[in-house]
Amino acid sequence: MEQHAELEAQIDRWRGYVQRSRAISPADVDELEDHLREQIADRQATGLDDDEAFLVAIKRLGNLDAVSREFAREHSERLWKQLVLVPEGSDGGTPAWRELAVVLALAVGAGIAVKAGFALIGDGTALTRNLGLLVFPFLAGYFAWKRRLTGQAAAMLLIPFAALAVLLNTYPFAPGGSTEMLAALHAPVVLWLLAGVAYVGGRWSSDKGRMDFVRFTGELAIYYTLIALGGAVLIALTLATLQVVGVDFEPVLEDWILPFAVPGALVVATWLVEAKQQVVENIAPVLTRIFTPLTVVMLLVLLAVIATAGGFVDIDRNLLLLMDVILVLVLCLLLYSISARDSLVPPGLFDALQLVLVVAALAVDAAMLTAMLTRIAEFGFSPNKIAALGLNLLLLVHLLRAALLAVGFLRGRRPFASLERWQTRYLPVYGAWAAFVVVIFPPIFGFL
Amino acid sequence: VRIDKDLVAASATPLVLGILSDGDLYGYAILKRVSELSGGGMQWTDGMLYPLLHRLERLGYVSSSWGTSEAGRRRKHYAITPAGRDALAERQQQWTVVSDALRQVWRSQGSSAPMEGWT
Repeated sequence: MEQHAELEAQIDRWRGYVQRSRAISPADVDELEDHLREQIADRQATGLDDDEAFLVAIKRLGNLDAVSREFAREHSERLWKQLVLVPEGSDGGTPAWRELAVVLALAVGAGIAVKAGFALIGDGTALTRNLGLLVFPFLAGYFAWKRRLTGQAAAMLLIPFAALAVLLNTYPFAPGGSTEMLAALHAPVVLWLLAGVAYVGGRWSSDKGRMDFVRFTGELAIYYTLIALGGAVLIALTLATLQVVGVDFEPVLEDWILPFAVPGALVVATWLVEAKQQVVENIAPVLTRIFTPLTVVMLLVLLAVIATAGGFVDIDRNLLLLMDVILVLVLCLLLYSISARDSLVPPGLFDALQLVLVVAALAVDAAMLTAMLTRIAEFGFSPNKIAALGLNLLLLVHLLRAALLAVGFLRGRRPFASLERWQTRYLPVYGAWAAFVVVIFPPIFGFL
Repeated sequence: VRIDKDLVAASATPLVLGILSDGDLYGYAILKRVSELSGGGMQWTDGMLYPLLHRLERLGYVSSSWGTSEAGRRRKHYAITPAGRDALAERQQQWTVVSDALRQVWRSQGSSAPMEGWT
């Protein structure tokens, strides 16, 4: 076997190449490999050396593109049905059903945790504060299991998690105070980035890993939405039917189905995204192509409305909140289109459009910052205002640098990778800010 | 003689079914048999055999099962099914008609045309 190492390496490379064709399933690759090896053995028997035998066997197997086209013609369904959740006869590693069992156990566990939360904490703001904390261990647990996290990486997750849990539950928040609401809003952001650390298997400093986590987040949002829509349809039909029969379904729905279904679906959606990531095109980046132009139009309309609305002082605080949400969405849009782009392709029309989007978002952000500063000057500080101001400043820096880098890229001065790197490197800043709001804000503002 | 591509494609199904009707075989062995039977004249693109086998399987003409080779590799064996035998019988009839017709045409042309490969 030793002297055939080079041949084995060649066959391995060939396998890797064939596997890339979506129409050829792993079982087919096995079948083709068996053929290739037989052919090679026969050639060797006639006196050819390894190299020659391999070349002849490859040649006789035919043009791989043509062969995979032929496979595609026969198995057109493979181009669609790619998502094999429990692969049959997976070689080595963990048995396929075990992952399913782990996922289901974690999903049920998350449900039980939330249900227990309802029972023990009640359903006031105290539960809102803790909701993320209740679900996070199961999600992170899945990644920890999947990525076989080392003890050190697990500690990196557990310590911040425990600290967050202790702070959120020992701070003497004033009832109904805004610092409590802010902490409840920002804690999930911190937890989500912690989940990201688990997702990349503890290698949080890797740019590639971060970008993968961004992609994962987008896909998860879409899968979760799909599952939620399906669940909503089922629930609505059940509700309607039972109402006709005269059974009151709502208590069951509120007490049992939703507490289990909502967190459980998150774990299941996570698993779906994990299972599919290699085999199916991601849809989130494709959607950005549709929504980038539309969002540009929306931002321009908003700008016009704000400009004609007159004084910034009169702007409703709800409007400011909404605009914040819009800006965050714009940022996601930007991130996803960047995550999907091949960094070697030269700049094109879409990149220019993206720059327009960033500039429009910058204009909106600047308008909002002005409005906020005016409000602060007029009415003084409040935790809410400072939190919003901070977020807007972060967004401003993010967008400004993104715009500069995009201009550089469009003019051919910078590689696309620098734009990519800026996005992934900046992400932890949001986590740090969220942690700041959760940890530092309440004591500063007297837990009001 | 090299056989034209279209002719190879047209004869592939009856050839494979016919070979399998003698006993179960795996892909590479089927191709070797084709090569033997045609005296090396029918050169297939090896890779194309497998989509064909899969199509025959989908049509229910052959069934497949995974086994292991002497070297311990996974190997897929194909066997003809009763439906496959029916299809083979039908194809045989068709080919008999075609080759009879061709034979008569060439006989009427006299013995000037060489009849290599068609006996």
